[in-house]
Amino acid sequence: MASLIGSYSLGFGLFFSVFIIFFSIRNLRNSEVLDKKIVSFTIIQFFFVIISFLGLILSFINSDFSNETVFNHSHTTKPLFYKISGTWGNHEGSLLLWLLVLTLFISIFLVKSNQQPKKYRIFTLLFQQIIIVGFFIFLIKTSSPFNYIFPTPSEGLGLNPILQDPALAIHPPILYLGYVGSSIIFSSALAAMVTSYVTKEWAKHIKRWVLASWFFLTLGIMLGSIWAYYELGWGGFWFWDPVENVSLMPWFALTTLLHCILVLEKKKILRSWAMILSIATFALSMSGTFLVRSGILNSVHTFANDPERGLFILIFLFTLIFLSIFIFIFFYSEKDKIENSFFWLSKETSILVNNWFMMYFLSVVLIGTIYPIFLEVITANKISVGPPFYNKLILPFLIPFLFVMAIGPQLNWVKSDFKDKFYMIIFLIISFLLSALIIKEFNISFLINTILVTSAFFLFFCTLREFFIKRFKNLSQNIAHFGFSLLILSILFNNIFSNEVITNLKIGETFKSEKFTINFENIEQADEKNFKAITGKFNVKYLDGSSDILNPELRIYNQPNIITSEADIKTNLFTDKFITMNYIQNQEYFNVRYQVKPFMIWIWISVILISFGGFLSFFKKKYEI
Amino acid sequence: MKSKVFPLVLILFFFIIFVIFFKGLKNSNIYTPKTNLEIKVPSFELKSFENNNIISETIFKDDEYYLMNIWASWCIPCREEHEFLMELKKNQKIKLIGFNYKDNFKNAKSFLKDLGNPYDIIVIDEDGTSSIDWGAYGVPESFLIYQNNIIKRFIGPINNDDLLGIQKIIK
Repeated sequence: MASLIGSYSLGFGLFFSVFIIFFSIRNLRNSEVLDKKIVSFTIIQFFFVIISFLGLILSFINSDFSNETVFNHSHTTKPLFYKISGTWGNHEGSLLLWLLVLTLFISIFLVKSNQQPKKYRIFTLLFQQIIIVGFFIFLIKTSSPFNYIFPTPSEGLGLNPILQDPALAIHPPILYLGYVGSSIIFSSALAAMVTSYVTKEWAKHIKRWVLASWFFLTLGIMLGSIWAYYELGWGGFWFWDPVENVSLMPWFALTTLLHCILVLEKKKILRSWAMILSIATFALSMSGTFLVRSGILNSVHTFANDPERGLFILIFLFTLIFLSIFIFIFFYSEKDKIENSFFWLSKETSILVNNWFMMYFLSVVLIGTIYPIFLEVITANKISVGPPFYNKLILPFLIPFLFVMAIGPQLNWVKSDFKDKFYMIIFLIISFLLSALIIKEFNISFLINTILVTSAFFLFFCTLREFFIKRFKNLSQNIAHFGFSLLILSILFNNIFSNEVITNLKIGETFKSEKFTINFENIEQADEKNFKAITGKFNVKYLDGSSDILNPELRIYNQPNIITSEADIKTNLFTDKFITMNYIQNQEYFNVRYQVKPFMIWIWISVILISFGGFLSFFKKKYEI
Repeated sequence: MKSKVFPLVLILFFFIIFVIFFKGLKNSNIYTPKTNLEIKVPSFELKSFENNNIISETIFKDDEYYLMNIWASWCIPCREEHEFLMELKKNQKIKLIGFNYKDNFKNAKSFLKDLGNPYDIIVIDEDGTSSIDWGAYGVPESFLIYQNNIIKRFIGPINNDDLLGIQKIIK
């Protein structure tokens, strides 16, 4: 029943697109004010999508297995929370979620933009409707979440257990808010070009959307990363996996766009940058969807390999790209170029320099992700691009990037000089000495690591000083930059200081190393609602006499039948102690992996700080210096 | 003045990307790791459909191909793949072993009565524990076995391409 309603309201929703487009075009010609009907229709469309989405959630809650999506991804023994999150834990449901956020955002946009020119609003709506119609058709034609199966199976196939995790349950909605927010930026940039509205006012208006999408995208990526750290049991938080990369690329573009918009709002320069980046951000989000959903890349995100779906997104994506190229070429002109000169030492120059660095990082990730596909198509060679590629190409360029990031905010707009900048030299010396002292202790390549850590410390001190000197002026930017320095520092220290032991242990056995001993005390079995848990008890004793009890777990899920390994992690402010165990076939031994990961929690804290900076900025009335 | 070359280059560039992605769609899954190559078959001791005790070591002979298929009567995709299994049965060079997974005996019987029985031997994995030893993800799933090694694994229902693939291997 719920599926039936959901299915019909999806059709009605698509139907309303026709109305909206018709009335928008008529309104464009006829009147000076925006037709109220258009806003109402948009909101009605949104409600139909909500009903459809609720219908799917209800089918999941009731375990209505006559619905194919529910049958494929749910099970009666699954806890309620994961029944609900199962709604978007699959291809069909997650597309419905996309659609939901698309229609939600355009409704908010229309309601909130009544200060803006009418033509611009209508064009934004029209471009957004192209995207919405595309997704409606994609959903209904190739991946309907409401397919009916008969006879009704008595039991479902279950949700992949590694997706049954709280961080992952909220990761898709948050990430989609970021992705789909970029669609508004895309439509509005196209509309601004068509109506020649690429001005300071436009920048002011779209800044909030950029900030909001950026905030959600940052949080969404972090949640995915936290999940990978806890659940996948490799003890890492970023693997340069193609699927992670496709979320990182829009983030680079969006971050750069954010800085361009801040400049544009001030000075009416970097307009082409802002336009191209607005298009690129959404194009990258969409190509992410294409790469992940078409089966070209394989990962936990690959819900189903269906070339037909891939083909649809591919054609849709390139239609949008060619449409925006067309608009950019024919409608956009730089005719009123003014104040386009950059003085070499100014805030805008430093932003421009770092934009180029960001574009470089983006290209590295793009090439690393796409190149293997190209090579395979052209030469049938398979290569895999791993962390060494990214580390070698990104790390060295992080150094100037961090320096510019530290110095830039200290400069004035338009023109600046080195007066009163003596403290910077002091900071530089302190940072260098500090890093040299730390790095010296470890047996790693001295020069590059020292300089890297120096640049991160330099940014750290410069932003720290800002907090005391400027107090609440520019607080949001400063928090974000401070968070970034903290992030780089924690990642570097995490890499440098990490320690790992992999061994096979029997119950009762003890592993000895120079710094600690691991004693495998016993295992216990317990039956949970939809899995059987085998919990090991490990006692780790350190030289100084302290000890930790760690309880990693193996979960044998009943439906589908998968064994997952749950890490046990002892977290404190300085280090994470991370242990996983794995069952070895037909033996009494367990494979045990023990890791000491310093400053792990600071990685999450700094990302939260970064996004909090964006969050604060969202509520700021006007942009200070 | 805007150069005319720039738009053309841009369009050409995206067109090339489009073509490459389009071709890439056809050979998808390039990141699939090579799983379970040359892995010994796990041993088991289970009841057969005829209520005999069956020990894995006695079924798998070294010089023959086997397809071990995990199925159940309640499993919808199993119905889809059944015709391909029936097709495969015609081939004398391969033996099909059915692994009846968490199923009701009566339902399983009538399933085979309706759709035909492609299997040479059927064993009953009543509580699903033996399937775990095989590292199975779910139903249906199939393993191609030669010389007591799993040489290929099919997660999900067998389709026409898989069938052709198998026939090619056992030729």
